[in-house]
Amino acid sequence: MTIAQDARSSSSSQPARARALSRLVHDRRVRDAVLQIIVLGAVVALIAYLVGNASTALKARGIASGFGYLSQEAGFGIGESLFLTYSPSDTYLRAFAVGLINTLRVSMLAIIAATLIGLVFGLMRLSSNLGASKLAAGYVELFRNTPQLLQIVFWYAVMTDLPRPRQALSPGGDIYLSNRGLILPWPAPHAAYLWAFAALAAGALGAILLTRWARGVQARTGELPNVTHWRTVLIVGLPMLAWAIAGAPTEFERPALRGFNFTGGVTLSPEFVALFLGLALYTGAFIAEIVRSGVESVGRGQVEAARSLGLSQSQIYRLVLIPQALRVMIPPTAGQYVSLAKSSSLAVVIGYPDLVNVSNTTLNQTGHVVEALVLMSAVYLLISFSIAAAMNLYNRAVAIKER
Amino acid sequence: MQASGMTAPRLPPAKAATGFWSWVRVGFFSSTGSSILTLVMAAILVVTLPPLVRWAFLDSIWQTDDPAICREASGACWAVVAEKHRVMLFGTYPYEQQWRGVLVVALMVALILASTVRRWWTPKLLMAWVAGLAVALALQFGGFLGLEFVQTTMWGGLPLTMFIFVGTIAGGMPFAVLLALGRQSDMPIIQKLSAGYIETIRGIPLVNILFMAALMFPLFMPEGVNFDKLLRAQVGMIMFFAAYTAESVRGGLQAIPRGQYEAADSLGVSYWDRTFKIVLPQALRIVIPPIVNDVIRAFKNTSVLVIIGVLDLLGGTMAALEDPEWTRYYVEAYLFIAILYFVFCFSMSQYSQKLEAELKSGRNY
Repeated sequence: MTIAQDARSSSSSQPARARALSRLVHDRRVRDAVLQIIVLGAVVALIAYLVGNASTALKARGIASGFGYLSQEAGFGIGESLFLTYSPSDTYLRAFAVGLINTLRVSMLAIIAATLIGLVFGLMRLSSNLGASKLAAGYVELFRNTPQLLQIVFWYAVMTDLPRPRQALSPGGDIYLSNRGLILPWPAPHAAYLWAFAALAAGALGAILLTRWARGVQARTGELPNVTHWRTVLIVGLPMLAWAIAGAPTEFERPALRGFNFTGGVTLSPEFVALFLGLALYTGAFIAEIVRSGVESVGRGQVEAARSLGLSQSQIYRLVLIPQALRVMIPPTAGQYVSLAKSSSLAVVIGYPDLVNVSNTTLNQTGHVVEALVLMSAVYLLISFSIAAAMNLYNRAVAIKER
Repeated sequence: MQASGMTAPRLPPAKAATGFWSWVRVGFFSSTGSSILTLVMAAILVVTLPPLVRWAFLDSIWQTDDPAICREASGACWAVVAEKHRVMLFGTYPYEQQWRGVLVVALMVALILASTVRRWWTPKLLMAWVAGLAVALALQFGGFLGLEFVQTTMWGGLPLTMFIFVGTIAGGMPFAVLLALGRQSDMPIIQKLSAGYIETIRGIPLVNILFMAALMFPLFMPEGVNFDKLLRAQVGMIMFFAAYTAESVRGGLQAIPRGQYEAADSLGVSYWDRTFKIVLPQALRIVIPPIVNDVIRAFKNTSVLVIIGVLDLLGGTMAALEDPEWTRYYVEAYLFIAILYFVFCFSMSQYSQKLEAELKSGRNY
C-alpha cells in the first residue's frame, strides 16, 4: 500500500500524520540514516554469517579456535634466521617472529638497493648522452613490463644453476657465488661494533637536537648557525671514535672451502639473493621513472635562473633541483616502498622462509587457517602503515612550509 | 654609451645542428664526461654483444625433440619452446582440444584490440564483449555439439590467464566505481566502510588475499556449498583490483569542480542521475590513463595465481620445466613468456601514454 492510498483510506484527522510521514520519507537526512543502517546491518550480518559458518566447520574438524597454538612446539625447521636463534623445538610464535624478521630483512635491503638503482637509472635516463639514456630506458621498460614473480622465479633458477662451491665464481676479494648462495667476508664479532652502533644512535640523536637548536637560533636571531660539519662529526666521527677506543678491530672472517661447502664469513642463501634481485630490480625500474618525472617537474626556467645567478652545478642540484624534485618524488616512492614490502610475500614460491612461508607451514600443520591468515594480514597491514607513516613524516619535513 | 659608430664583427652562421654526424656529436660526445661514458659503453658492447649473438642465434638449436642435441650445442636451446610450448601455453588442457584455447585467445585479443579504438567506445562494444566472453567460455568449457566438456581444474596457460585477466577487469571496475563513490560519499558509515575496505586490501599482499580465497573461503561457506577454486581465485583478484582502481577513480571524482555537483543539486537532479549522467562520465575520462596502469598491473598479477596452484602462463612454464631433460633450458623458456608478457604490457603502456596526450590536449573530443 502506498502512502497516498494510506492517507486516503484513513479518517479525516489523518492527513496531517500522512503529511508528516511523507515529509519523513522525503527528508534526505532520514533516508541517508536508514540507508546507512541497512548497509551496516547487511555487512554485520554477512560477517556474522560467514564467521558462524567457519566456527561450525572448524568445530566439525575438531579444531579449537584461538591463538593458543602459538605457544605449541613448531617442529619444523627454518633455513635462515637472523638475531633470533631458532630450532624445530621452539614455538610457533618464535617461528612467526623469525619469518617476520626474514621479511623485514629482505625488504629493507631491497628498498635501499631499489632506491640507489632508481636514482642511478633515473638520472641516466635524463643524461644528454643518448647511449646512457637509451640503456636506462631499456632497463625501465623491460623490468616494468614483465611480472615480478616471473623475474623472481628466473633469478632463483639462475642461482640454483650456478656451479657447486668447489667451482664457485669469484670476482676476488674472498667473495664467492655458487649454488649455495653468495658468500661474503664479514668482520669478526667484536664488542667494538656494538659500541660503534650505540655511538651511531647517540650521534644521530645529537644531530637531531643540534638541528633543532640551530632552527631555534634562526627563529630568534635570523642567523642560521652553520652546523653541517658538526652533524657529520656526530654521525660519522662518534661511531668511528667508539670503534677505535674499543680496540679498533680490523679482523675479517674469511670464507674458506671446507668439504663441500664454505665456512666462515656470511652466507646469503640462493633464495635470499633471488628474492632480493627480483624486488630491487623491479621496484628500481619504477623508482627510476619517479626520479625522472620528479626532476623533469622542476621547470627549466628554475635551472636557467639559478645558472644566471652564478650558482655552481652542485649548488643548482643541492639548492634548487633536489629540494623541489623531492616533494614530487616522495609520495609515489612511499607507495613503491609499501608495494615492495608486500611483494616480498612472493618469496613463498621459491621457498625463502618469510612471513607467508612460515604462516603457510603453520596453518598446514595446525589447521588454524583463519588465525594464521588473520595474524599474517595484520602484520602486513602494520608494516604497510608503518612505512607510509614514516614516509609521511619525511614528506612533511621536505614539503613547502607556508606560514 | 655610444654604440652608433660601432659595427659588430659579422659572425659566420651557426653550424647546422642536423645530420648524422651532428646527431652523434650532440648525443654521444657533447662533453668529456659524455665521451668517456660513450667509450666505456662501447667497450662493454664490443665484449658482450658477439657472444650473446652467438648464443642466441648462431650456435643455437631451434628445433629438435632430442635434448641431447641441445646439450652438445654451445648456444641457446630454443627447441625447449618448440617442444614444450603446448604445456606452457595451455597447461593441462586436453592436448587434442587445445585448438579451442587458440580460438579463445584470438577472440580475447581481437576484443581488446577493438577496445583501443576510441570511435568504438559505444554500448555496442560492451555487447560485443558480453557476446565474445560467452562464446569464449562456451568454447573453453565445451560439452555441446560434440565438444568434450573440460573442467576448470584442467584449464591452464594463456587462455586461463586471459580469462582471469578479463574477469578481473569486468568484475573489478563496477566494484571500484562503487567503492570510490562510497569513499566520496557524505554518509559517514558508507564512507568509513568503503575507506576501511580500500585501505585494508591495499595494505596486504595479493598473495595473502589469494591464500584467503583458496583456504579460508571454503570454511566460510555453509556445509556442502563448494565453490570452484578458479572462481574463488577470480573473486580474490577482483577484490584486490577494485581496491586499487577505486583510488584511481576517486582521483577523477575529486577533479570534478564542486560547481558541477551544486548545479545538478539546484536543478533537483537525483543522486543517481547526477552521478551517472554528470559526474562519472567526466571523472572516468580523466582517469583513463591511471586505470590503464591498474589494468596492466592486473595482467602482470595473474602470474601470482601460481601460488595457489593454478597453472596460468607462468605456472604452465614452470610445470614444463619440471621435465628433467629440459629443465636446464629455463633461460630460453622464461625469456619466451617474458616476451609474451612484455608485448602485452608494453603496448598497453604505450597506448596509455598516447591516450593521455590526446585527452590532455583536448583534441578529438
